Amino acid sequence: MQKIYLSASFFFLSILGSFAQTATPKDTTTFRRRKLKLEEVNFVSSYYTQDGNNSAVTGGIGTEELTDVATNFDLTFTRSDAKNRAHTLNVAVGFDHYSSASSDLIDPTTISSASAADNRIYPSVQWSMRDQEKHYAVGAGLSLSTEYDYFSKGANVNFAKFSKDNNREFGVGLSAYLDTWTVIYPIELRTIETNGTRVDNPEAHGSKPRNTFNTSLSLAQVINKRLQLSLLLDLTYQQGQLGTLYQRVYFQDNSLDVERLPSSRFKVPVGVRAHYFVTDKLILRSFYRFYSDNWGIKAHTAELETPFKVTPFISLSPYYRFYAQSAADYFAGYQQHSPGERRYTSDYDLSKFTSHYAGLNFRITSVDGVFGIKKLNTLELRYGHYNRSNGLVSNTVSLAATLK
Amino acid sequence: MTFLKSKILVLLVTGAGLASCQSVKEYNKMYLNDSEMVLSARKVQKTEMSFMQYREGASGANGGTSGGGCGCN
Repeated sequence: MQKIYLSASFFFLSILGSFAQTATPKDTTTFRRRKLKLEEVNFVSSYYTQDGNNSAVTGGIGTEELTDVATNFDLTFTRSDAKNRAHTLNVAVGFDHYSSASSDLIDPTTISSASAADNRIYPSVQWSMRDQEKHYAVGAGLSLSTEYDYFSKGANVNFAKFSKDNNREFGVGLSAYLDTWTVIYPIELRTIETNGTRVDNPEAHGSKPRNTFNTSLSLAQVINKRLQLSLLLDLTYQQGQLGTLYQRVYFQDNSLDVERLPSSRFKVPVGVRAHYFVTDKLILRSFYRFYSDNWGIKAHTAELETPFKVTPFISLSPYYRFYAQSAADYFAGYQQHSPGERRYTSDYDLSKFTSHYAGLNFRITSVDGVFGIKKLNTLELRYGHYNRSNGLVSNTVSLAATLK
Repeated sequence: MTFLKSKILVLLVTGAGLASCQSVKEYNKMYLNDSEMVLSARKVQKTEMSFMQYREGASGANGGTSGGGCGCN
């Protein structure tokens, strides 16, 4: 009887042991999948230069010459959790160095004023989790941006629900930017005349808030094997110091003040993006947006990019963008505002204009590596020329690399 | 009235577009999964999207940010 018990016990233990032995490698595999893995490294560097003759700093006249060198670097990590959900962590940092001739005229008595050349640093971290079984994704992120006279803190959350066949995805995102702006007045307005003597202007000191709250809705839909589109709607509310306090406005009587704009703004842009794989070599990427806000600006944007696959790995994409906007209710040019107005600006970014932007994108991508560099997955070079109907002209050259 | 008509037209076009959708299986997504077909702006467009946001009155609904920088130069 004891032999039977012992035999049964050994048999039971051997079965348990066999489960244990099969379970162990499974755990190991799962553990391996759960490890955080560096999936992708992206590097983008750009050189931007512009010139025009409607600088807002000098009241709508004068040079708008500006150059900006921007560098962005981001790392994407991925891992799976015990429920087989895919987690993605993106850590990014951007660095801009710009020089602006017009900003140098905030205080022309100095050799070079604060904002004539400045640096901007903007780190961010973004997490997202995608559950393929339950067909949803969630995400959250934080960002900072700092430059000489401006500091911004940002946060966002987002949620997306997608269909079982992955052909439809609905997304909603909420974001907030809480910004602080150091007050800088043009040199001649830092003092005011009282009883025949010039005294310090109390408004020309301190800092002011500017907050932005945004809700984004999106619907992406596969139409057929070659066509997919997305609909996008943003609702953006801004409040606080929305006028730039070192931008001058000259009135009809030649008097002078800083730009005065309302303390709130509500923006509603609606966009549609459609991408169509026409032939094995040709793709159409199109985008249209209608924009409206409560400052009186209405705008249309239309873009078309046509990637042509020279080989399966190399594509050349000429592109064109047309933009047209109406003027803000508060805009008038140099010496065109009447002294009795409450809100005024001579910033030509808020004037009525049309613009054309055209260029070429070169892209080379290969899973085996580009130019013999095994980890270099994609390399892109992009040039664009921008021409605005009021004379502003700019050029941009960008280089992007993706390592996997 | 014109605005209402255009809204109805957009809804009709969108509705017709969505109604004509086909259920595409994963193994038939060779074209849709091509890297040029991604429904967002390219990473290399980051700088041009920033300057357009600053140099133009309109912004948003294009996958870019809607705040977080001065853009006042």
